[in-house]
Amino acid sequence: MTKQVVPLDRVIIRFAGDSGDGMQLTGDRFTSETASFGNDLSTLPNFPAEIRAPAGTLAGVSSFQLHFASRDIMTPGDAPNVLVAMNPAALKANIDDVPRGGSIIVNTDEFSKRALQKVGYESNPIEDGSLESFRVHPIALTSMTVEALKGFDISKKDAERSKNMFALGLLCWLYNRPTEGTVEFLTQKFGKKPDILAANLAAFKAGHAFGETTEDFAVSYEVKPAPMDAGTYRNITGNTALSYGLVAAGQRSGLPVFLGAYPITPASDILHELSKHKKFGVVTMQAEDEIAGIGAALGASFGGALAVTTTSGPGIALKSETIGLAVSMELPLVIIDIQRGGPSTGLPTKTEQSDLLQAMFGRNGEAPVPVIAPNSPVDCFAAAIEACRIATKYRTPVFLLSDGYLANGSEPWKLPNLDELVDMKIEFATGPNHTLADGTEVFWPFKRDPQTLARPWAIPGTAGLEHRIGGIEKADGSGNISYDPANHDFMVRTRQAKVDGIANDIDPLFVDDPTGDADVLVLGWGSTYGPIGAGCRRVREAGMKVAQAHFRHVNPFPANTEEVLKRYKKVVVPEMNLGQLVMLVRSKYLVDAISYNQVRGLPFKAEELAGVIEDVIKSV
Amino acid sequence: MSDTIKFPSLALVPSADEPQSAKEFKSDQEVRWCPGCGDYAILAAVQGFMPELGLKRENIVWVSGIGCSSRFPYYMNTYGLHTIHGRAPAIATGLSTTRKDLSVWVVTGDGDALSIGGNHLIHAMRRNVNLKILLFNNRIYGLTKGQYSPTSEQGKITKSTPMGSLDYPFNPVSLALGAEATFVARTMDSDRAHLTSVLRAAAEHDGTALVEIYQNCPIFNDGVFDGLKDGEEKEQHIIRLEHGEPIVFGAERENGVIRAADGSIQTAKVADVGLDSVLVHDAHANDPGLAFALSRLSNSENLDQTPMGIFRSVERPTYDTLLRDQVAQAQSSGAPDLAALIAGNDTWTIS
Repeated sequence: MTKQVVPLDRVIIRFAGDSGDGMQLTGDRFTSETASFGNDLSTLPNFPAEIRAPAGTLAGVSSFQLHFASRDIMTPGDAPNVLVAMNPAALKANIDDVPRGGSIIVNTDEFSKRALQKVGYESNPIEDGSLESFRVHPIALTSMTVEALKGFDISKKDAERSKNMFALGLLCWLYNRPTEGTVEFLTQKFGKKPDILAANLAAFKAGHAFGETTEDFAVSYEVKPAPMDAGTYRNITGNTALSYGLVAAGQRSGLPVFLGAYPITPASDILHELSKHKKFGVVTMQAEDEIAGIGAALGASFGGALAVTTTSGPGIALKSETIGLAVSMELPLVIIDIQRGGPSTGLPTKTEQSDLLQAMFGRNGEAPVPVIAPNSPVDCFAAAIEACRIATKYRTPVFLLSDGYLANGSEPWKLPNLDELVDMKIEFATGPNHTLADGTEVFWPFKRDPQTLARPWAIPGTAGLEHRIGGIEKADGSGNISYDPANHDFMVRTRQAKVDGIANDIDPLFVDDPTGDADVLVLGWGSTYGPIGAGCRRVREAGMKVAQAHFRHVNPFPANTEEVLKRYKKVVVPEMNLGQLVMLVRSKYLVDAISYNQVRGLPFKAEELAGVIEDVIKSV
Repeated sequence: MSDTIKFPSLALVPSADEPQSAKEFKSDQEVRWCPGCGDYAILAAVQGFMPELGLKRENIVWVSGIGCSSRFPYYMNTYGLHTIHGRAPAIATGLSTTRKDLSVWVVTGDGDALSIGGNHLIHAMRRNVNLKILLFNNRIYGLTKGQYSPTSEQGKITKSTPMGSLDYPFNPVSLALGAEATFVARTMDSDRAHLTSVLRAAAEHDGTALVEIYQNCPIFNDGVFDGLKDGEEKEQHIIRLEHGEPIVFGAERENGVIRAADGSIQTAKVADVGLDSVLVHDAHANDPGLAFALSRLSNSENLDQTPMGIFRSVERPTYDTLLRDQVAQAQSSGAPDLAALIAGNDTWTIS
């Protein structure tokens, strides 16, 4: 019997279970099948900081949310249409996010009295009527998996562990996903363990077959491919895209890439990824600490490498003194901060945008550093290249502020035409650049390019350019130690002017104002681009007018920023912090911008932002 | 330029076309240490030694942290980096590993290397990065005007310790040996010949060379090494270490270092124990045990029996070489393909 197939525009699924239940893998596989099917998609992994929190506890719940649609989408979605809850903890931790009428697939095998008590359920929510307003599908996932694997030569524990594949098979049937990719993936992953491979494949197929035959699911759903530009696509996370951007920048500049880094969540994946690419001349060094990571990078930069350091907020705090040295020595250095919840250790696996002011001002003295913030997982590729371009062209450290949401979130990426990537030709100094009064030709390490104000990059090994530089104030031009008051004043202002001047070398601030006469501008930066865009879309669909502008360059702001801001009656600035961009905008442009904030460790929801925007529109 | 001395650790660094003079290594900057500072003597010795290396000046880099000694790079007519407190070994590591054609030297002090920068120092030595680290030990903080340092003797009266310092000091040689250093030596500012010989051995060494240089601070810790400098006294106090030679000392070489029945090492009159009982120094021994025991003969409280020279010099592949080998291995399988990397294994096409 063939069941009815119901078409849908978009679906949000959340897989939730214990840290050890394989939810991230299940989500990844479903994402891959969805990507290859041609839907637009966006994902949000959400996992605990503990590697293995105690089983069955709320602290140990790991989830993976996927939003896929037949049109372009901008976020992983607000509320799941379907929640797959592998145990009571997963149900309890996620139920509040599921709208009434949503579907919940629960693994009844894990709903023992003890497991329920562990998370504070006094009675079984599947049976006590508390889930009446949802469409609940109670399924004995574990025991059905074990039953399906009866003939296999594996332990009961291994059989039980295959339950995530049973769930994946069921969901693939329910949403008419292709299955070839998962079969191939499992074959590669477990190729050396034939018994485990066979068990996983069987569990996956059993889940699929169960969907077809069970009466519990009367229909299946289809989400047609989204209309997307012609081209070749892959799915990619922000951290992977960022890593590839650095490799590409190395290739375009012709410089060896040097990464000095110390492991830290959620930045370590960049270290892992770049460590695979020595073939591209990429050298990675796992340093003894954060300070050594950036120190080694700065040393490599002095030697002419494209130097990078990666970390998260606590690491930036440790690197601050070396960033100041890089400002003073005016050497290229890309500092990547994958922001997470703070202060201190904060929320290591959750997202936040709260390092902006640290990046702007977290150093002693006047130490301006350009700040670039990618606005989507895919944009991490281009933003990394842009950071390398600015750093090498202006001989300056540059901050790249990604965050946990971009780092681990994924979306389809139309592969770029590599020939169209920005040209980053580097010219090292080769000879004298100054003539003394007596006619002697000399090299002055701090004689600047009149356009960019960048100083020459003179690397060791170049005869005649031997010079000594450091963190002590340098005389304009010669670079010799100088304690002269007027010189210091001049150098401080010149370093600032150099960074300010980058405003003329970046794209102007783009404003999306479809009708051209909106009163309200929503202004953001970094990873909130998708949620703000989705919020604006909702507002417009409701018949209201709103404009959106989003900073990719936060320091300096694009040259047209003031003109854009002054065009609107109200400016709303949503941020995942307590108002850091808004502080900069208000002080620089004297605009009475409205700050909207949340710091829950999660991205904004489109619905939430739509409400905020509508309130402001109505108040005009 | 000597034809007899080879520097295998510098084989990848381009040689100078012409013989060089010490003068060529003097920069145009005015030297600004206090009158009588031991740093002057070390600077002169280094500038005098540099021509012996026979390297192109532009391929030599001096890197320092913060402190009196860390002004050193400004006075060398080579490339130089005067960085931040304690971080010179880390910064030099990045430079050395990415530029095989450079000879990288680090100048540091007892506060810079052993206090604020202790972590970077031990890890540079552990990795065996091809750095020559000159640790100027004056057992005091000079640039901040006279606080005790991690090599000051316990009970030191300073501005920050008016009732005497409480900390037990580090023995830098013991520390370096414990940190798996492949080359560890000690010398002194005032003994130019010995200092030069140690610099030569350090330069010859492939890997991290840690050279502790006793250096007098005439302002805040004057005379602290006088026992090792006074003409008559010093022969009784300095134990010169020569690889392959019996460890004897004294004006008439009348004293020797022996292993006692309990396994410890001690000094004794050669006449009493016989020359055969005197330990023969083996700087190349894989086991650092004897080197460590020798390092314990003196400390910040007591310099009565102070070994000078090369405690340890062993071969171990450098971090720089191992890293470059991995890159070369990765690159041996054909040209990199950026498009293939970016595409990955799981693409789909929309037409």
